[in-house]
Amino acid sequence: MSETRFTDQHEWVRLDGSDATVGITKFAAEALGDVVFVELPEAGRKVGAGAEAAVVESVKAASEVYSPVSGEVSESNAALEAAPAKVNDDPEGEGWFFKLKGVNAADFAKLMTADAYAEFVKGL
Amino acid sequence: MTVTTEILKKTPLHALHLELGGKMVPFAGYDMPVQYPAGILKEHLHTRAQAGLFDVSHMGQAFLSGADPSKALESLTPADIAGIPEGAQRYGLLLNDRGGIKDDFMTTRLAGESALYLVVNAAMKDSDFAYIGERLRGKAELAPAPERALLALQGPAAVDVLERHSPGIGKLSFMQAVRATVAGAPAIVSRTGYTGEDGFEISLDGKDAERVARALLGEAEVLPIGLGARDSLRLEAGLCLCGHDIDESTDPVEASLVWSIGKRRKSEGGFAGAGLVLERLAQGASRKRVGIRPDGRAPAREGTDIAVNGQVVGKITSGGFGPSLNGPLAMGTVQSEFSKVGTKLELLVRGKALAAEVVPMPFVPNRYKRPV
Repeated sequence: MSETRFTDQHEWVRLDGSDATVGITKFAAEALGDVVFVELPEAGRKVGAGAEAAVVESVKAASEVYSPVSGEVSESNAALEAAPAKVNDDPEGEGWFFKLKGVNAADFAKLMTADAYAEFVKGL
Repeated sequence: MTVTTEILKKTPLHALHLELGGKMVPFAGYDMPVQYPAGILKEHLHTRAQAGLFDVSHMGQAFLSGADPSKALESLTPADIAGIPEGAQRYGLLLNDRGGIKDDFMTTRLAGESALYLVVNAAMKDSDFAYIGERLRGKAELAPAPERALLALQGPAAVDVLERHSPGIGKLSFMQAVRATVAGAPAIVSRTGYTGEDGFEISLDGKDAERVARALLGEAEVLPIGLGARDSLRLEAGLCLCGHDIDESTDPVEASLVWSIGKRRKSEGGFAGAGLVLERLAQGASRKRVGIRPDGRAPAREGTDIAVNGQVVGKITSGGFGPSLNGPLAMGTVQSEFSKVGTKLELLVRGKALAAEVVPMPFVPNRYKRPV
């Protein structure tokens, strides 16, 4: 049974046991506009919670993507390199950025639930 | 907690931008649409395929009158102003006394009128107008026209669209201008723009702007276009953005804008900074503005260091993604020995050296309607 949580930097993370999938939220994708390039972390790289892990660029600007939880990168979404627009089309599905293994559950517990994130976005 | 409140100015089309779903951002002191719901990519591609309408009312418009306004203006620019034929316009650089580029601007000589019509950049207009007014005191009189709005209709379908609202306007060639009526409103129409496409700029009274904009937007070929696509279009067209690609620390030779210096002006001089500029012209500049294409997909943004063999030799001045090019592109200033087309460069992006090459500009061929 997986659960998805959110950061105030507009990343989402779906936890499945000790594996996680990370991407940017629909809100972030809309704010960025048309995504034209993503830079993804290499498999095997260890990332800390809140550490810069990827870069997403729209026509206008570049933004960092932070890892919501600590862990080791197991896979990046190579499909985004050829088709970065997937980030806009399906940010919380096919537009995922990278997967982590050995995730720290305590990091995950500190993040916002879907309801809390929806409230957070409303206040922006 | 410090709250900084910037009171943003609004163009006469502000309410229309909101109605059209424009995403508003501060730009040069104005609240302007960076994009509409279609988004920058679609807006950019639509302009190249059909036609886009841009609100550029934030730009500075003015009339320069006097006994000989051309001669007076030539004291501040190396452009051949006196040589502009009636009904034509010309691009020029406004220079400071060190030959640095204060701004770039357009000068129009309307048929049968002694005053020159000027358009300068939004971010620079107050400073430009003060400078021109002060420096030309006693020789010419500058009358800013803040009540005027400015629309740009750009793209291959622009001429057909504008013909429906201003019959006969298609007779103008690139860089020609005329007083005409557009959708019933008196206007100054010039066949120009900043996208590399055929198109028009329409200067009219602010009170007529919304009605004329609605009439043009009512045409099937026309979409509203925001500042985001305006920037990607001008970058693909190899056109400079003042304050980024050129500024007061750049002279016309370094800016690779020598073509804007009139032939007569090169021999006669007589403009601000002429000594320095003409000397630079004779001896060559130590750095130059060039077009750059990164090899991969990663854009290199303004401020990125440019290196050759690990040594920094310049900086990106404008960079991003070109939707028509379908890849990254940039302009930058490099030491002259590295300015030749084909020179391999490294762009230092996030600690990595990305391979790139000096390329000719424009990046996308321009499609101006030049006289046959």
